[in-house]
Amino acid sequence: MFRIQAIAIATSILFLLYIVRLIIKGKLREEYSIVWIVCTIVLILFSFWRDGLAVVSELVGVYSPPNLVLIATIFAVFIYLLHLSVVVSKLHSQNKQLAQDIALLKEKLKG
Amino acid sequence: MKIAAIVPAYNEEKAITAVVNDILQIAHEQNLSIGVIVVNDCSKDSTSEIISKLNCVALNLPVNLGIGGAVQTGFKYAFENGFDYAIQIDGDGQHPASEIPKLINAAKENNLDVVIGSRFISKEGFQSSAIRRFGINYFKWLNRFLVGITVNDSTSGLRLINKKTLELVSEYYPDEYPEPEAIILYSLNKLKIGEVSVNMKERQGGVSSISSVSSIYYMFKVTLAIIYTFIRIKFKK
Repeated sequence: MFRIQAIAIATSILFLLYIVRLIIKGKLREEYSIVWIVCTIVLILFSFWRDGLAVVSELVGVYSPPNLVLIATIFAVFIYLLHLSVVVSKLHSQNKQLAQDIALLKEKLKG
Repeated sequence: MKIAAIVPAYNEEKAITAVVNDILQIAHEQNLSIGVIVVNDCSKDSTSEIISKLNCVALNLPVNLGIGGAVQTGFKYAFENGFDYAIQIDGDGQHPASEIPKLINAAKENNLDVVIGSRFISKEGFQSSAIRRFGINYFKWLNRFLVGITVNDSTSGLRLINKKTLELVSEYYPDEYPEPEAIILYSLNKLKIGEVSVNMKERQGGVSSISSVSSIYYMFKVTLAIIYTFIRIKFKK
């Protein structure tokens, strides 16, 4: 086992533990934690399986394995950002509806 | 026949009293049954205290929703309480209350679902700045291109809608800068739209919901919203 491998594995496991802690404390909802847990598991997997990256790169036809890491990471980040925009949009419209109902109810209570 | 005058207000403490009283006076003079509904969009000034003392229904939003969300609150109130017509009149004093009967008469005579008060038919009164007129012409062209109707003043906030339209807008009304988008919404829902010529004044107080800095963003956002609304309704049917 190489030193870098040990560092990668330790960091990934700490990260995973932190996510679990956030969920237990109720600060992160389960549905939003899935993507983080999957990412961490992938990291741990490749930390143990050192040749894995080269194998996967060859499989999809990428010549330089680090490029695959970059592309995959950026893609995952974009997808997750898009997901968050969808969540924010949903919250926005729910917030609007709640505010309007409160204003109408306040008026009804007064009259 | 019950008419709701919906006045969205954001930080309008200077102008709001005159706006509400002018409407009530016109209603009295013309013998119209008009209920004034002021929607206070979480103003930071004393708008809330002022409107609670006026002879009107005061709807106070707990958070700032922007013009579209505020006006929709009024539409929902009008629809739930069985009003026959709703007229949107801005809280800054731009829209003279004396133009209200014109809109009502136009709706009745021509059996219209939506009547828009336009500044540009007779070219009288406050005509807005050159850059804004450019924007308004652009929306006129876009509307004509997409739904084939010509609305001279598609950004005008002075408009009347009937019960059928109230039902539609209680369900969905655009959030930000709703006026041009609402026209697409109305015409794709096969509502009859008409325009009458009105005079407008320069705003008496408050600031526009569209600052000059954000006018490019405004055009871009409204264009996108119009195209999305167009696609959404076209493909649902």
